[in-house]
This record gives sequence, structure tokens and C-alpha cells, in this order.
Amino acid sequence: MPFSSADLAAIGLTLRLAGTTMALLLVLCTPLAWWLAHTPSRWRGPVSAVVALPLVLPPTVIGFYLLVTMGPNGPVGQFTQWLGIGTLPFTFWGLVMGSLIYSLPFAVQPLQAAFEAIGSRPLEAAATLGAGPLDRFFTVALPLARPGFITAAILSFAHTVGEFGVVLMLGGNIPGVTRVVSVQIYDHVEALEYTQAHWLAGGMVLFSFVVLLGLNLTRRRASMVS
Amino acid sequence: MAAVDQIAARLVLARPGSFTLDVDLQLPGRGVTALFGPSGCGKTTCLRAIAGLARAEPGRVVVNGEVWQDDGQRIWRPTHQRALGYVFQEASLFEHLSVRGNIDYGRKRTPRERPTVALDQAVDLLGIAHLMDRRPHALSGGERQRVAMARSLATGPRVLLMDEPLAALDGERKAEVLPYLERLHQALDIPVLYVSHAIDEVARLAAHMVLMQDGRVLASGRTEDMLVRLDLPLAHGDAAASVVEGTVLRHDAADHITTVQFAGGQLLLASATARPAGEPVRLRIQARDVSLTLAEQVDTSILNILPATVVQVSEDSPGQCMVALDAGPTRLLARVTQRSAVALALEPGQRVYAQVKGVAIVN
Repeated sequence: MPFSSADLAAIGLTLRLAGTTMALLLVLCTPLAWWLAHTPSRWRGPVSAVVALPLVLPPTVIGFYLLVTMGPNGPVGQFTQWLGIGTLPFTFWGLVMGSLIYSLPFAVQPLQAAFEAIGSRPLEAAATLGAGPLDRFFTVALPLARPGFITAAILSFAHTVGEFGVVLMLGGNIPGVTRVVSVQIYDHVEALEYTQAHWLAGGMVLFSFVVLLGLNLTRRRASMVS
Repeated sequence: MAAVDQIAARLVLARPGSFTLDVDLQLPGRGVTALFGPSGCGKTTCLRAIAGLARAEPGRVVVNGEVWQDDGQRIWRPTHQRALGYVFQEASLFEHLSVRGNIDYGRKRTPRERPTVALDQAVDLLGIAHLMDRRPHALSGGERQRVAMARSLATGPRVLLMDEPLAALDGERKAEVLPYLERLHQALDIPVLYVSHAIDEVARLAAHMVLMQDGRVLASGRTEDMLVRLDLPLAHGDAAASVVEGTVLRHDAADHITTVQFAGGQLLLASATARPAGEPVRLRIQARDVSLTLAEQVDTSILNILPATVVQVSEDSPGQCMVALDAGPTRLLARVTQRSAVALALEPGQRVYAQVKGVAIVN
């Protein structure tokens, strides 16, 4: 058995974090991407830029600000304490919050591109056939945007798996709670346990390759259909 | 107050940077009415405003007694609550659904109380029965457009709005779809608004037309009358033609000559396919295919020689004249050179013979 129980716990935690983040992002980003794809508002540019910020900011910067705002004296921290759930840093849900921000553009941008590619014509056709706004969205826009949803799901999942800096700033290194695979590898290397580090690191390389290959295949199939 | 059997549309819509649509339309509540004009004249915007896809401000749209928009009374029905069919320039089928799924999409959303065209009838009229299980991407352009028409008809609309449904098709596909359109218009008892910038389509399909320019209505009336009004741009240039409505008198299978009876006499034309006697036909006679003589010619290959009276002579382009003639109650156009007009001393009231080659008449 190449993986210790601590390694397996880290893998399990990573998958749970990535899965939760992906699911929440798909739900939260759909209206945001829809708005960005259709709004004539002058806020479109600034909002797009904010959404893209995690692409260029060092993860430590994101982690630092999240730590401050979610900490005991930060506005989010005050709010969560008022709700009676304490503060989020150094908890699983604190990591989820961080991952939502960190992987945001990887969900929003494919969805936005998909909605923009559909254009307004199929929706107008649906309206002339008697479909109201929500009806059109669920029966025309969502099915037509399916390739965008697949891409957004794969990218946000994979990107969350690859998270390190934000986790370290925000979650520390608590086994079973915040110690994800990338942190576990770091720990192995610190302890000079290169064999274990190899197994996990190699697994990550393989995982990433398979994900990107899969993405490529779904894109090719989607373009063949249309 | 609009009569029940009528479409009334008062629309004002500013398009920043181009034109302001400002029209007041009273259109017949049945038959095909063409909105005709050059690209960018506002005809598509007009159609979109009637459908509620664009919002005219202020606007008032009443279709056969049903108020769809009236800013005076703060009435606005969104598109999905208007009983209309809309056919876009590109078929705009839902790519994720089969042909059947596309057609069912509108039918499922049709209010129960609305009388719907029998689906079988629409499918049959448009000849798409064999396509029902196909996906849109496996259809040709002409087939896609036919499916789109069936889809909109299946909801039992009170009016069918068509936005250049043939413009995206090449000549061959156009010729494939046109006969379906004609059959459709004859079989339907709802009004059709047909946007087009192709005068031959309008002449062939529309009984009534609205001529638009720069967002305004230049003139409107019966198509036959509009086409031959020398004060309008329609009756000038290369495409100028008159439309003659008549019925088939007989078809001679030996030499493929069809004889058509019309109000001003008879017209003979070459027609590859036999048509039953009594069938109504619309013939298009291009102005450039009509020549004039003062005496009736014999020993000529020209099959149609119609006695006529000159009504008006108007300059067309340098060296060319457009002559309006009456053959009985039917008005024709003849495009002749200035030199010929002078040589024949053409003037209103003059008796002439209009000659039309049998191969030049467009059926």
C-alpha cells in the first residue's frame, strides 16, 4: 500500500472539497455568467475584471484577505459569529469559501462563453412559441449551454484540487479537516519522505492529465455535433 | 378603433445612429401583406415590434381585436403571451431537440382555448413528415426553414410574421421552398406579414404591400396597383414588372403552351408542367419584356399581342422611358428607349399594341 492513512484522508478531503466547490460554483455562477453574457450595464466591465482577479492574484493574497474578513474581527467573521457558527478559518467550510473565490473564473468564464455563443435568437424563437422567461432559460438556454457546464465543472473541480496557497493561509494544516493533498505533499517533502511525496505528486500529475484529456474529448465531440 | 378583422400597428422606435421607425399601419386581417423596402429601412424592426421582441415607445398593436400593446392604456403583453407565429431569417431551430421535439415545443405551450391548426395539416402542407425524427443539424437549409414554419403554425397563431424566410437560402433552395409558401398562404385563413427586400417574392406571394423607406411608410395598397405606380420607385429600374392575376383556360400538352384568361384578355406562356383549367395563377410581366407597336404585327414570333391604351409616360433612366398601359382594366408596364418613345410619339390616351414574348412571362 503506497498511501498511508493520512494520505488517504488527505485525498478524501481534497475530493470532498473539490466536489462541494464545483457544485456550489455551478449553482452560483450560472446567474452571474448569464448576467455578464446579456447585460448592457456599464458595470459589466468592472464585474468581469473582479471575477477574473483570482487568475492573476497570488493565492497568498486571496488567502490573506479571506483570513482577515472571515476572522473574529472581520465583517464576515462578525456575521458568522452572530449566526452562532463561530469563525470559518481553519475549518472545512472556510476552505470551501476560499476555493469558491479561487476557482470562480474557471466556472464563470466557460459558462459566460457558452451563453454568449447561444445568442438571443433561440430564446426569441422560444418566446414566440409561448415560453416565458424561466421556461426559456431551463428548456432552451441550459440544454444548449451543456458543453459550457461540462467545461466549467471539470475546470473548477480540477483547479480546486490543485489549490495550495489559499489553503495554507486560510486552513493551516489540520489533519482530516484542512490538510488537502497538496499540503500533504509539502509535509512529506519537509519530512524528507520522498517516496510518499512521489506517490501523491505522481497521482496529481496523472489526475490532471486525465482531466485535461477528458475535457479535450468533450470539446471535440461538442464541436462535431454543432 | 380598429375593426375586428384587421391588424393595426402604431409604432415609434428610435434606433440610435440609424433611423427612427415611425409607422401607422392598418393592414388587412387576412391574406399576405408584404413589408417591402431596401435593407435598413426598418421593416424587420417593425415586425419585431409587432411581435414584442423590440419595444416601440410609444406603440399600439391590435391584432384582430386583441390588444397586444397600448401605451395609452399601459397595456403590454410580452411576446410569449401573444398568439403569433414568427419565422426568422435563419431557421433558429432548437439544436438539442429533434424536428418532432421542435414542433412539440410550441404546441405544448399553446393555451387550450386557442384553436390550433391541425398538426397533420401543417406537416403535410410543408412536406416534412419524413423528417420528424431527424436532428436540425442533419437538415438542409430549405428543410430547416420548412420545419420552422410548421413549428410556428402548430401553435395556432392569430397572425404569422415572416422575416425574410428565404433570404438566407441560395437560388435552388429558394425555388424549393417557394411553392410550399404559396400553398401555405392559400390554405391559411390567418393574416401573414411577410418582410422581404426581393420584389419577385413579394409579387408572387403578397396580395397587399407596404413600401417602406428610412423607417417610414412611403405607400401601401394592393400589390398589383403598387407595382405599376410610376410615382413609386417600384415601377422603375430593371426589376420593374406588373402582376397579372388570372385563371388557367387550357394547357396544350403538345407544345407545352398554357393559356391564361385575365381581365385584359388572354396570355400564352410556355409552361413545362400542365395546370388544370380554372386554377388561379399570378403572372409577372417584366417591363423590359414588353415592346410597343402602333399597328398590330403579323408574321412575328411573339405570342401575346394585347391592344392597350397609354396612361402615362415617365422618364426612367437616361435614354429610357417607363410607359404605363391599360389592357382592359389591367395595368402593364413597358420599358422602352427614349428614342422609340419619340419615334412612336407616345402620349397618354394613345392606342398601342403591347407585345410580350411567351417565354418571358414569369409564372
